[in-house]
Amino acid sequence: MSVKRRKFLDYILSLGFTGLVGSIIYPALSYLKPPKQAEAAVNSVKAGKVNEIPVNSGKIVRFGRKPVILIRTSTDEFIAFTATCTHLGCIVQYREDKQQIWCACHNGLFDLKGRNISGPPPRPLDPFLVQIIDDEIIIAKPKRMS
Amino acid sequence: MDKIKNNKIFQWLHERYNLEPILEFVEHKQVPMHKHSIWYYTGGITLFLFIIQVCTGILLLFYYQPGVDSSYESVRFLMTKVNFGWLIRSIHSWSANLMVFFAFIHMFSVFFSEAFKKPRELTWVSGFLMLLLAMGFGFSGYLLPWNELAFFATKVGTDIVGDVPVVGELIKQLLRGGPDVTGSTIYRFYAIHVSILPLIFLVVLGLHLLFIQRQGMHEPEFYESLPPEEKHSIPFFPNFFLRDLLFWLLILDVLLFLAVFFPWELGIKADLFSSAPAGIRPEWYFMFMFQSLKMIPAKVLGIEGEILGIVFFGILGLLWLTVPFWETVIAGKKRPWLMKVIGLLAIIYMIALTIIGYLV
Repeated sequence: MSVKRRKFLDYILSLGFTGLVGSIIYPALSYLKPPKQAEAAVNSVKAGKVNEIPVNSGKIVRFGRKPVILIRTSTDEFIAFTATCTHLGCIVQYREDKQQIWCACHNGLFDLKGRNISGPPPRPLDPFLVQIIDDEIIIAKPKRMS
Repeated sequence: MDKIKNNKIFQWLHERYNLEPILEFVEHKQVPMHKHSIWYYTGGITLFLFIIQVCTGILLLFYYQPGVDSSYESVRFLMTKVNFGWLIRSIHSWSANLMVFFAFIHMFSVFFSEAFKKPRELTWVSGFLMLLLAMGFGFSGYLLPWNELAFFATKVGTDIVGDVPVVGELIKQLLRGGPDVTGSTIYRFYAIHVSILPLIFLVVLGLHLLFIQRQGMHEPEFYESLPPEEKHSIPFFPNFFLRDLLFWLLILDVLLFLAVFFPWELGIKADLFSSAPAGIRPEWYFMFMFQSLKMIPAKVLGIEGEILGIVFFGILGLLWLTVPFWETVIAGKKRPWLMKVIGLLAIIYMIALTIIGYLV
């Protein structure tokens, strides 16, 4: 067999083989990519009655798929922020003794305006709107989220 | 071969691990060529289908969620929402059936060419054990999508196991995870299907392949008695290996054709409190046993027909497993035709009862 013909066959065979491998790898990889799951967009949630949350305490509320921290301050004000720490995504909690929002993972602290005041968190927590309608606490997405 | 020897990676490895024995082995392994050589490929094809089962099975694990409220739903999600999910599942189901089919062909080809004879007794035993394990894979995997057909087939199948004398009831309860087929059964079949059976199978498969490598391909009698100059053989590597690959490619094509044009259906979700629909059938490779059990009268000489049937198949299975050990006693050189008759009768019996099972 002449070298030219052998080279040509080598080329054709490797092309075919590459095509075969590709046609197996491509479906397998695209199979592993999780499909988008349709979820109803959540714009507001009910977080319970006013008297269910004592003054100077906090609670985590489900907002669609994300956690939100709802706080009733010592001055009897209702505030809410996203509960996902801006550092590495742990869920924060309200510290009654410090009257601040605290992340237990790396000791990050936020004040009651959501600003990161100590520890590693790089950004403030995103605020949510809280409304009281007929004694019912309603948390809503702010019009424009930073 | 020289190309491989000059390869830098090969040399790096060779310097450290001395690959000479492996190379020696690969270079000298020969495959006899004769009019029945085609049957040598059936084992490789079965192995290829098993590899496909492992690959697609792992992929299915990424989405499958066992449980009464999630098994069916997760498979439906996989088939309707996940990219190529329908294809992966269809390949898994089709490949499972083809694997059992080729295992049967391989087994009978070995039986009729009498390749099971000394010194290959244990290759035969390990091979038949793998066929039983493959049927176990089929039986346990059938239930996992939790559809109506699978649910009732499992009910019937485990019920039959319950009729085995002495230990039947215990095995039935162990398989079902309770007195009935419920969500607990899914968990058990899942564990059996994805961890217990694969582990056992890999060990037996390893032994099977080891035996074959140690002893080389079986040479049929007519080939063995040829004068050396008329014996024709080809090197295993690369000649036979490449032919193997070509067969694998053909099988892959057939498999994809079946999977794409006859996609495996999901059926209706199993309902624990609905009556069995008409046409409940086991997988085709259980059909001849299922049909036999159906045809045995309820009572034979005061013994329950079911029990009699199970004992009958148990003994047949044991005889088949130990063929190499009793063949020399009843057939051997005196009656070389006897084993052919036995094999033929077995095939006719299985095919006839399978056909009856599908017609009735």
